[in-house]
Amino acid sequence: MGGRDATLVLLDENGIRCDGRKVDEPRRIMIKAGGLKNADGSAYIEFGDNKILVGVFGPRDVHPKHMSNTDTGILRVRYHMEPFSVTERKNPAPSRREIEISKVIKEALEPAVMLEKFPRTAVDVYIEVLQADGGTRCAALSAASVALADAGIPMRDMVAACAAGKAADTIILDVNNEEDQAGQADMPIGYMPSLEKITLLQLDGVLTPAEYKKCVETGIHGCKIVYELQKKALTDKYFGNGEK
Amino acid sequence: MENKRKYVIPGDVITTGPYRPEQNVILDGNKIISTAIGISEIYDDSIKVIPLTGKYIPKIDDLVIGKIISHTSLSWELDINSCYVGFLPAQDVFGRDFSAHADELASKLKSGDLVAARIANFDRTRDPLVTIADRDLGKIDSGHLVKISPSKVPRLIGKRGTMIQTIEMATGAAITIGQNGWVVVSCETPEGLLKAVKAIQMVDEKAHVANLTDQVKEMLESKGES
Repeated sequence: MGGRDATLVLLDENGIRCDGRKVDEPRRIMIKAGGLKNADGSAYIEFGDNKILVGVFGPRDVHPKHMSNTDTGILRVRYHMEPFSVTERKNPAPSRREIEISKVIKEALEPAVMLEKFPRTAVDVYIEVLQADGGTRCAALSAASVALADAGIPMRDMVAACAAGKAADTIILDVNNEEDQAGQADMPIGYMPSLEKITLLQLDGVLTPAEYKKCVETGIHGCKIVYELQKKALTDKYFGNGEK
Repeated sequence: MENKRKYVIPGDVITTGPYRPEQNVILDGNKIISTAIGISEIYDDSIKVIPLTGKYIPKIDDLVIGKIISHTSLSWELDINSCYVGFLPAQDVFGRDFSAHADELASKLKSGDLVAARIANFDRTRDPLVTIADRDLGKIDSGHLVKISPSKVPRLIGKRGTMIQTIEMATGAAITIGQNGWVVVSCETPEGLLKAVKAIQMVDEKAHVANLTDQVKEMLESKGES
């Protein structure tokens, strides 16, 4: 992982990507709901080589008090990367990038979470990236959504996230670290599958309008794959050994 | 009724049609969408989801078990296992002629005391107002506190109280269930107490399992013989 490789072939003549995937194939995804005893809700996701743990608390009292809102609850998200999550030690202090991702994930979750039911309270989401390999914000968002559901916080819909992008002039699903570094575009998408609404859309790179359209469609297709796994994770935890 | 039950997660469309959305469901166009993990139930004209997880949200007239956390000269504050603290005004205990300098609140209820209380008023703009001025309410002097998930309280009570009656009959214990998930068990015999506590914890763990009442009954009886 990391470092640019001059000989790296992003897409070979058979349409196989640098890690052996097809153009429209996501990485291996595993989601587990629960796992942390002290948090109100939690989830763990493995998204390719990404490993992310999410804990959710709340609704609970807001401290400091002045942050509370009498009309609605507030959502607070902290995205944090462990020092050992990347090849070279990362300073554990929040970086500019982590602050941005925290904000972006918070805003992607807000349309789904029904905070207005709990005025004067806060819901805290803590995201710890144990191992990063490109596309952590999408993986983190998907896991955060599972953890919120696990905590029993009312939600209009789950939020599933997946990235799409462009590498070697081809639209690809689920951009990995190499493709992100050497590719032409990266577009993370957060999507509410039942309501059919997009809650997160960023784009780093240049796309033509036609490519853009295809990229969004590809990304949403990826979100739907992630959604099925989120659903499975929650069903396994809550209805696993039960009969209908 | 039974065949209309379904396991749902947030975002699941339960059904479409002219139903009244109740607990934990929202209406989007003509789709009825669940907002919680739980079991959906369709009645003649309404739909609700019984949640399997989540914190306690106070409702007026709920019986709750609270723990005194502090008091001012005018009121007590209660931990009611929720995101809000319960507010118990001193008038409720001392009566109308309460005076802040003549009466000492700590003489009646101290920090750490458990009380059975009822939610008197709650509108989300203020902390829930609780009262202990009623029959069966007030300070709890003895018993064993068991904490379960608030979303599993309806399961512990069972259909028309069948589950709790089963446990009480088999163990001879007196059980007070707070809607906030705190349960006080008192029993004359230590064996009965242990058994009742075990049964309550079993309900908490296996809330989603069908025929749980029979399983609990079996557990209570088998233990009795050994």
